[in-house]
Amino acid sequence: MITLQINGKKHQIDVAPEMPLLWAIRDIVGLTGTKYGCGIGVCGSCKVLLDNSPVQSCMIPVSAAEGKNVITIEGVSENLQLLQASWTALNVPQCGFCQPGQLIAATALLDKISEPTDEEINEAMIGNICRCGTYQRIKSAIHRTVELKKQG
Amino acid sequence: MNPIRNISRRTFVKSVGLASGGLILACNTSVFSDKETAENKDLANFNPNLFVQLNSDGSLILIASRSEMGNGVRTSLTSVIADEMDADWTKVIVQQAVGDAKYGDQNTDGSRSVRYLYEPMRKIGAMARAMLISAAAQTWKVPMTECTAENHVVLHSSGKKIAYGDLVEIAKNLEVPTEITYKNPKDFKYIGKKLRGVDVEEYVNGSAIFGLDKRLPNMKFAAMQRCPVTFGTVKSFDKTAAMKVAGVIDVIEIPRIEKPFGTLGGIAVIASNTWAAFKGKEALKIEWNFGDNVAYDSEKYMKQITGNVHKQGKVGKDVGNVNKAFKNAHKTIESTFQLPHLAHAPMEVPNAVAWVQGDSCEVWAPTQDPQSARKEVVDYLGTTEEKVTINVTFLGGGFGRKSKPDYVVEAVAISKAMNAPIQVVWTREDDIKHGYYHTVSSQYLKASLDKQGNVTGWLNRFALPSIASTFSPGVDYPAGFEISSAANVPFDIKNMKVEVGQSPAHVRIGWLRSVINIPHGFSQNVFADELAVAAGKDPLEFRLNLIGEDRIEETEDPIKYNTARLKNVLKLAAKNANWGKPLPEGHAYGLSVHYSFYSYVASVVEISMIDNKVKVHNVYTVIDCGTVVNRDTVKAQLEGAAIFGMSLAFYGKITAKNGAIEQSNYSDYKMIRMNEIPKVHVEIVESTENPTGVGEPGVPVIAPAIVNAIYKLTGKRYYNLPLSDYGLV
Repeated sequence: MITLQINGKKHQIDVAPEMPLLWAIRDIVGLTGTKYGCGIGVCGSCKVLLDNSPVQSCMIPVSAAEGKNVITIEGVSENLQLLQASWTALNVPQCGFCQPGQLIAATALLDKISEPTDEEINEAMIGNICRCGTYQRIKSAIHRTVELKKQG
Repeated sequence: MNPIRNISRRTFVKSVGLASGGLILACNTSVFSDKETAENKDLANFNPNLFVQLNSDGSLILIASRSEMGNGVRTSLTSVIADEMDADWTKVIVQQAVGDAKYGDQNTDGSRSVRYLYEPMRKIGAMARAMLISAAAQTWKVPMTECTAENHVVLHSSGKKIAYGDLVEIAKNLEVPTEITYKNPKDFKYIGKKLRGVDVEEYVNGSAIFGLDKRLPNMKFAAMQRCPVTFGTVKSFDKTAAMKVAGVIDVIEIPRIEKPFGTLGGIAVIASNTWAAFKGKEALKIEWNFGDNVAYDSEKYMKQITGNVHKQGKVGKDVGNVNKAFKNAHKTIESTFQLPHLAHAPMEVPNAVAWVQGDSCEVWAPTQDPQSARKEVVDYLGTTEEKVTINVTFLGGGFGRKSKPDYVVEAVAISKAMNAPIQVVWTREDDIKHGYYHTVSSQYLKASLDKQGNVTGWLNRFALPSIASTFSPGVDYPAGFEISSAANVPFDIKNMKVEVGQSPAHVRIGWLRSVINIPHGFSQNVFADELAVAAGKDPLEFRLNLIGEDRIEETEDPIKYNTARLKNVLKLAAKNANWGKPLPEGHAYGLSVHYSFYSYVASVVEISMIDNKVKVHNVYTVIDCGTVVNRDTVKAQLEGAAIFGMSLAFYGKITAKNGAIEQSNYSDYKMIRMNEIPKVHVEIVESTENPTGVGEPGVPVIAPAIVNAIYKLTGKRYYNLPLSDYGLV
């Protein structure tokens, strides 16, 4: 048995310790907001926060997440909710599939740097592919979130 | 929604009482105009019922008959009904249609959704409004002419008003008016405006259900190993190791189905979770009969088809006398363009959930064409249509891949064999290695110039494995629709010839966002730029001259293209980019213009190069797509098209060696990422013309504009893609 803490809730799951966290979240715990995109850690669709750090959950064995705090797109975090509001306001998503991973990456960025430059945004978001090409709006939505926070 | 079946085919639109008390409006094929029917002959064979359900509480259910894959179609189509109906957008609930011919053509492909359905949606909305006004007039015993509708309410000139929901009981018993009036476009509240996507909140909070997210009680997960060589078959397999993987339930063989959308066949691993299915698949030991396609080698093949375009081919178009023009030329220029296969690689891999129970089956799939999926399932199970339900989930991207439901057939085959609900999931490697590839092409272009730099003759000879080969095995020349976008080049050239060379297919060839316009848009625009240089003219001036006088160009298509609109988008893109004005040191512009899916698009790109690497700074795209339904969606589609076009220009390349695809994942089939993006500036031409395509026509202009900018900056002309092959990215 492995105990996972996801979005503040404990889940006892009976899986092989080497099962990637992604599949434990999706197929065992049943939270499907975290997406499979590549399985080799190059597209960012599966990003979650593990003790506040962004990780590609397809590359992390579930055993490595034990005892840590996992936040997924369904979770609660100040910056995540603010970013979701900006994503909505700017109509960012097209197909929407990569957006949970994009939002998690952006949340981790704002958790670390409150006013990122374009360069810092590029660096934080470089691991996330959007095949629809919504990057420009993602960047604008991050900037908007920062601006709104500054205005309080 | 059963009452729909009772609708008389003779009635244009009819109200149908609903058990739950709502008013349903449905309509038959006659909502499609002759023009739309002519555009797609198939349409006439269907019996579309596009409908509206108004409930007593005022909530309004509008059916989206097309698939949502980032195209914004669930918002745009329903907003047209709502606008004509004078409905309150906040009371609208969008419901996704299942796959059924009663909805008309549902194939969300070919940039057709708004193009085909704008008029029918307006008609349905206007009809609903007329009936509600009629119901109110009856209630008040006043003439209809004294009533108007506004925001979900009917108003009387006296000031009385009644909410739409309160009119349902009367309206549903009314005969449908035979004459309807459309709103004046100046009164549109939603059409032509910016409307946020109806699903955006679900996308950003993770609750949107894509195919991959569908879950059923006791559902098992399946992965399949397919032959590395297209159409190869299983000789033998050993499942011992796979069965030892924890979670693996069974391993079965799925035979190939020799149909365009049939499964490739292979060995399926069924497991209690996706990861176990993937691990089991890796543990399989399979011997294959590779078949003839094992000889497919992309390097050799490119030489073969290039050889075929360097000799006379089959004539596809012959106007004037090209040979004479070449003979009398002041100058002739010739170039050869080579483009590789591409894969769709939508972020969501192909997948489907199927549950076969006896001779019935229910499917949940991210499909662009649920009717085609339904037909495949009916055929596979040997059952009848009413026994098969295809539910359309959100699509995590489509780009043409998900209009080919081979993956649905796989889920059905495995569910039937296992007698359980099954979700088949392709790995990303499966997706890259077993797709329906965008064609590989070689194109030879030759043109003649007179002393004034006018183009007097134009020859385009190309070879590419045809999409038709997927449907008619053995087809080994480009088909008519692949010739037409080379033949209908919108240039005013008196002597023009198009020839095609032999080019058999060795993989499944399919349509990918903007399809044949990728190779033709590329060669035409790069070659025109080359001719401008040879003529010593500015590319913009040269191109405007090449397009020629304002005229409506006759083609075999039902919609004729208008050269004035084509020149207009080019001029606007140039204006927006400040074409001709000085740029920062080391920067250069390139331009491109292309007509496809009945829309006119031009792009100017601004690039620089640092250490011989291309950086795209700005893309100025202008589209004339006639009437616009959702301004923000059109803008978003063109922003996305610029990135899609850059991805194929920079990195797009699928190759085969010994019949097997060499690329495997986003690691070696790369995409543009955040650090590479330009600023994309989009202008949409104001127009009252009929709406035309949006999803695709923004793609083909990007690669040639970049190549033309590189020439401007470096004096080097690149004829092949991707640019990564030249070390330029």
